[in-house]
Amino acid sequence: MNWNALKHCLVSGLAVATLVGTGTALRAAETPKHGGTLTYMIPADAPPSFDAHRETTYAVVHAIAPFYSVLIRLNPDDPADVTHFFCDLCTTLPTPTDDGKTYTFKIREGIKFQDGTPLTAADVAATWNAIIFPPAGVSSARQTWYSMVDKVDAPDATTVVFTLKYATAAFLPALADPYAMIYEKKILDKDPHWYEKNVMGSGPFWFTSYDIGQSIKGTRNPNYYHPGEPYLDGFVGIFSPKQAVRVDAIRADRAATEFRGLPPAAIAQLQQALGDKITVQTSDWNCGNVITPNTKRKPFDDVRVRRALLLAIDQWHGAPALSKIANVRTVGGIVFPGSPLAATKPELEQLAGFWPDIEKSRAEARQLLKEAGQENLHFELLNRNVDQPYLFVGTWLIDEWSKIGVKVTQKVVPTGPWFELMRDGNFDVVVEANCNGVVNPLMDTQKFLPRAAFTENYGGYDDPTEVAIYDKMLRETDFAKERVLMRQYETYVIDTKAYEWPMTWWWRMIPARSYVKGWKIGPSHYVNQDLADIWLDQ
Amino acid sequence: MYRYIFKRVVMVVPTLIGAATLVFILMRLIPGDICVVRLGSGGSSFSEHSVQMCHAELGLDRPVLVQFARFIWGLCTLNLGDSMWSGKPVALEIATRLPISLEIALLAAAVAIVIAIPLGTISALKQNTWIDLVVRMVAIAGTATPSFWLGILSILLVLNVSQAITGTPWMPPIDYVPIWKDPIRNLSMALLPAITVGYRYAAVSMRMTRSTMLEVMREDYIRTARAKGLLWKIIVNRHALKNALLPVVTLLGIEFAFLIGGLVVTEQVFNLNGIGRLFVLSVQNEDYTLTQALVMLVVAVFVLTNLAIDLLYAWLDPRIRFA
Amino acid sequence: MSVSTQIPFVPIPTEEVQPAKRSFLRASLGFCRRQPLGTLGIVLVLIIAVAGLGADWFAPYSPTANDFTAMTEAPSWTHILGTDQLGRDIYSRILFGARTALIVGYVSAIVGGMSGLVLGVASAYFGGHIDMLMMRIMDIMMAFPLIIMALAIVSIFGTGVHNVIVAITIPLVPRCARVVRSSALAIREIPYVDAARACGFGHSRIILRHMVPNVMAPFLIMLTAFVGQAILAEASLSYLGLGVQEPVPAWGLMLQGGAEEYATIAPWIAVFPGLAIMLTVFGFNLFGDALRDALDPKLRDR
Repeated sequence: MNWNALKHCLVSGLAVATLVGTGTALRAAETPKHGGTLTYMIPADAPPSFDAHRETTYAVVHAIAPFYSVLIRLNPDDPADVTHFFCDLCTTLPTPTDDGKTYTFKIREGIKFQDGTPLTAADVAATWNAIIFPPAGVSSARQTWYSMVDKVDAPDATTVVFTLKYATAAFLPALADPYAMIYEKKILDKDPHWYEKNVMGSGPFWFTSYDIGQSIKGTRNPNYYHPGEPYLDGFVGIFSPKQAVRVDAIRADRAATEFRGLPPAAIAQLQQALGDKITVQTSDWNCGNVITPNTKRKPFDDVRVRRALLLAIDQWHGAPALSKIANVRTVGGIVFPGSPLAATKPELEQLAGFWPDIEKSRAEARQLLKEAGQENLHFELLNRNVDQPYLFVGTWLIDEWSKIGVKVTQKVVPTGPWFELMRDGNFDVVVEANCNGVVNPLMDTQKFLPRAAFTENYGGYDDPTEVAIYDKMLRETDFAKERVLMRQYETYVIDTKAYEWPMTWWWRMIPARSYVKGWKIGPSHYVNQDLADIWLDQ
Repeated sequence: MYRYIFKRVVMVVPTLIGAATLVFILMRLIPGDICVVRLGSGGSSFSEHSVQMCHAELGLDRPVLVQFARFIWGLCTLNLGDSMWSGKPVALEIATRLPISLEIALLAAAVAIVIAIPLGTISALKQNTWIDLVVRMVAIAGTATPSFWLGILSILLVLNVSQAITGTPWMPPIDYVPIWKDPIRNLSMALLPAITVGYRYAAVSMRMTRSTMLEVMREDYIRTARAKGLLWKIIVNRHALKNALLPVVTLLGIEFAFLIGGLVVTEQVFNLNGIGRLFVLSVQNEDYTLTQALVMLVVAVFVLTNLAIDLLYAWLDPRIRFA
Repeated sequence: MSVSTQIPFVPIPTEEVQPAKRSFLRASLGFCRRQPLGTLGIVLVLIIAVAGLGADWFAPYSPTANDFTAMTEAPSWTHILGTDQLGRDIYSRILFGARTALIVGYVSAIVGGMSGLVLGVASAYFGGHIDMLMMRIMDIMMAFPLIIMALAIVSIFGTGVHNVIVAITIPLVPRCARVVRSSALAIREIPYVDAARACGFGHSRIILRHMVPNVMAPFLIMLTAFVGQAILAEASLSYLGLGVQEPVPAWGLMLQGGAEEYATIAPWIAVFPGLAIMLTVFGFNLFGDALRDALDPKLRDR
């Protein structure tokens, strides 16, 4: 067990070092200054509610994560390290007992909510019970991630115990979910919907004001339990879905940064205009586009047609070209490229759609189409009307498919109808995205399971074999065996059956005015948003 | 006269009901589901169960006729309900965003009036001279320029010019403060959008002023006044302008109601938290209650403006006034 | 019924009646001198029309050919107006975009105008309840925000040129109907309509043969304005993502997304399509103005 954990660390360290950019520098070099207000842009419209358990949009995290604490999280100094977890509210990360089925956390003492109520294990347990076993009428968006949890208890004021039904490596990453903000038990008991419109947390900042649709403000929590933090006096988060405005705002110093990611052109603009007044951090992103053919529609029920369309795509050459205009970069399979469970390049090249020789690949594609009698195939690609990178990827794909003689038209619709058409199975092939928070490959790859096992799959296929492989992998605790099973799963989904076609993984590029220090980039825009370690060098 | 007023006011009701029905039907015909958009647009997974719960919460699982009846009843009692997206009262959502939109609309109108009427008049008085030509070209260019393009270019211009002159680029503030709290900040935010929207408004008014002035100047009573030897200035100001302005004021009123359409694009360009942007958002989010309320607001403003103008004309027209 | 007269019918020799022959060139030059702006308008419209019709021959590149090696290039000899973010030649896209713009503009204007014409005249002719019902429907159509209508049509029927045309035509119909109706109301009272009825002519004949020709002047002027408005509406809708979709070349679409994103480092992506829109609508408006000045006796110069 320990040897595997060590191997985890070594492999992840190597993987991370080769794939991640400048974000891993330690901050030991400079002493943080106290004071100042950070103004940042939130690249979305205001979220529908403030209840992080219920919502799935990053707008919620960017707006209210500074007000809350979580139980465990990724290393704020190195969020690119996806395999190690650190305590926020707990004291030390426990080793699981009872064959890996019981996790006992000790909670820090002396923590208070903004209204003065002390935070105890009861609050932590109540929050997690609301997330995993929500009462009737309460919605918990990520409930299915915790299907392995049997119960959550707080036997005393400083202990929280999670009892699992079976041991799995997917639990800890799921527990580090940034949406699992700790709420006050007293309030949850009285009104489980209170948190939808209100904020009451124990995090590094106190809630000051919210201008509807416009901005959210917070001030420093003087009683924060991490010593010295937060360094800022306060922050202002301004909602701004329009990219051009965000870029101009950073350029004119109306805002210091944004935390989602900007495309290459915007970054180039800022660097050209500001030179060394701007610092850019980059990282692989735990998001990627996935192309889903509708296996309920002819001819996509024929695996030859699906394989052919996949073989036509030249990802290895397309990725560098696309990365100049879109926020994509790394070619990968179904697992986040920075994770130890991800396929290596030689492993990837075995899979259809990733062959190094594109001519051979396309010849095979044409051959398959001929066999299937679909030489004059033409279909409609359903896409979402979001530029980055959906539309760019879609336009590029149409070009790729034309190279094997397949004519494709693009149907671009707004988000609402896009969902509707997918859910109704009313499409030929659709450009989707698989976006997740903390890198948890066992959970993140659920997207590729058939609808019977995972309701948000739109491929329309049924496949118990696939589910069996996945289930075995989920319960496997030996890392080496897990990896073998993951390769099996990946090969089955992409190569054997060509159910889903993962495209280039996204690339996160965060510009910040150079006086903003202390924030480190990670592979997810949901992670590391509590702003506690940011300071302004002004 | 009163009969006419009564008839005219009564005719407003079927228009409003028709518009309400139309928006209700259209919104529900648009494919998409607010619950799915809310839970899924981040790209991450969500459960069917949460979708169903969301439906129950928002009343979307009730029969369509019941939803329609509640909508119409809400309109009659002026209770616009709660936004399906945020749960806050629709009135609150609209009220927070109205000030900036109204401010830009009024500023645009002010720009239009201050520029359009004098220029239109001069252009009419000096018909076919080079002044007339220039004013006409400027006016027609104003009606031909897409306002959002003008907005994009103006932002670019300001950024680049300020960088060239002062070394640091300047951009209008991006968070709204009311005018009484910080007038300079507020105005610097509203000025560029107001000019962008106002240019088109001014162009339309300029053309209208010019053509009505031309018509009026041909009238016999003007000819008589000139024959009588009255000063040109007095003729223009006291006789011609007053008569010419009535259709112009009508046009200004009607165009003001149409400004909302222009605001939608302008607020997108300048990222203003106004009614136009709320409109786009509510439609994208499939927020039925909010969209319906906004549409009814726009329709009501339009219908009432028309009503006011019709009544004004009725009062001025002796045939109706003394009927 | 023929009426015989006592006055002998003596045909006037045609040579005396025919006006002095003026060459077409003389007439045109005269028009140019009197209406310089109108001439400019016609010239602009003709240029755009030729560009759109002949795009296949004039365009050096295909408007949808991505060229990832030449993205966001400044105007140069190889790409006269530069390239956009996918490497597509902007000049070619503008030429093909002219085609889309003119199709959208003309079809919307003609369909919208004709519908408005028929509805307005019929409404004026029949009067009474039909008139009231028609006007209420027109009120609703005019008051209803274009964006909702466009989004509904686009979402239900999909995107594409046809659906954009439908979306844009709808607000044009009531505007036309109202104007036509007020002109037609004036004519309805004139005796020859009653005379026509007395002769036993059917409704449609009277409407089409007698009333419509007399509202032609304001109608034609409105049509030219409609073309311009339709092109602008298409631009706005595309900007909001509700109009024509990629990769169809359309000026409004070219201003969306990429243009703003790249505005600082590649301003030509935003400038040229906007300029194209402006000049086209400018031309149509000038033409419409000249038409109005020519047809409306009250505005003629003394």
